[in-house]
Amino acid sequence: MRLLTHNMLASNVKGVTNGFPLRLEAEKWAEKEVELNADFLRHMFSKIEWKALAGAARAVGYGELPDEADASMLDSEDFLRRFHHALLEIHVEEGALVCPESGRRFPINKGIPNMLLHEDEI
Amino acid sequence: MLPRTAQIRLVSCHPEVYEPCDDSFALVDALLADREHLIKHQPMLCMELGCGSGYVISSLAIMLGELGSGVHYFATDINPDAAETTQATLKAHGLHAEIVVTDVASGLHKNLAGMIDVIVVNPPYVPTPEEEVGCKGITASWAGGENGRSVIDKILPIVDELLSQKGWLYMVTLTANNPSQICLLMKEKGYASRIIVQRSTEEESLHVIKFWRVVVSNDSPRSDSWFSQFPLKLFSRSSGST
Ligand SMILES: C[S@@+](CC[C@H](N)C(=O)[O-])C[C@H]1O[C@@H](n2cnc3c(N)ncnc32)[C@H](O)[C@@H]1O
Repeated sequence: MRLLTHNMLASNVKGVTNGFPLRLEAEKWAEKEVELNADFLRHMFSKIEWKALAGAARAVGYGELPDEADASMLDSEDFLRRFHHALLEIHVEEGALVCPESGRRFPINKGIPNMLLHEDEI
Repeated sequence: MLPRTAQIRLVSCHPEVYEPCDDSFALVDALLADREHLIKHQPMLCMELGCGSGYVISSLAIMLGELGSGVHYFATDINPDAAETTQATLKAHGLHAEIVVTDVASGLHKNLAGMIDVIVVNPPYVPTPEEEVGCKGITASWAGGENGRSVIDKILPIVDELLSQKGWLYMVTLTANNPSQICLLMKEKGYASRIIVQRSTEEESLHVIKFWRVVVSNDSPRSDSWFSQFPLKLFSRSSGST
């Protein structure tokens, strides 16, 4: 699971009103190089919750993202490289995503988060 | 020549996961038939709902390979074994998609709303007793409830949420699903539709239908664009034959 996906996932448990961002508990992760595509990054920037991305990046030991970001920073190559690395090059292999409101844990196994709910949570 | 689809020998399998079948091939053939349009469409995010073996999403990623690093893929399945199988199939082809085990796109669709440019679905479409819908394992790959519409009807509004303004949906349907009614339903949501592939076997008649949002402009009356695309006639003919 890339941090891109972490940024798109929210707790889907019945009754939870504030299920984003899920707290990332990473036990195992890997870094894989991906070709940087500035158009993609610019397109995605407006959709990304920056604070959630920076927080998730810190959870996997990457502290190189600024706490805040705005679109003007997309002109900087250095910023793009960091954004790219955090969004697409870090893969969480094992761990969990924890609902900030209910504490419900969604496991991540072999890089795949499992958002399935039990019957009483739907 | 480079392969244009996923290679069957590289597709992983698991006893509880749907293997590529006629419907999977029909969907991939539809994508191939529309490949030039897909390339011009320049999608950034593509998604498969119910990815099974991973054959379809891998094929799509191979077809769009020339678009390079600007396209990313999501795939979901309710069956955890399917998610892992898709993972293995993608890996065997040197591809990547972000995979999530979930019911349709639960937990994802709010944040991804309006962002997906291409969605592909080969849903569980076989008419079955309602109780079989959402069963564990391989049953979930075909059990479609009444008229085979239970999962399809759950998927359509979510697809509408997920698709970007220029978004396209490719979906497999069976005659028993009443595809013309599905097209009407989508028309009400603002989509035009066209059959890309039609295939009849002894047991079933499959259609792969493409849906896209119709941009309403003031000077072209809406009804015109509908008439040329809407496949109602075709369906009533095919549903009459057995
Ligand atoms: C007909 S199979 C298609 C598999 C693969 N896409 C193909 O074309 O070969 C349908 C797939 O949808 C999955 N599925 C069924 N219900 C689902 C749901 N509610 N949410 C997500 N996936 C679902 C099944 O587990 C199965 O893998």
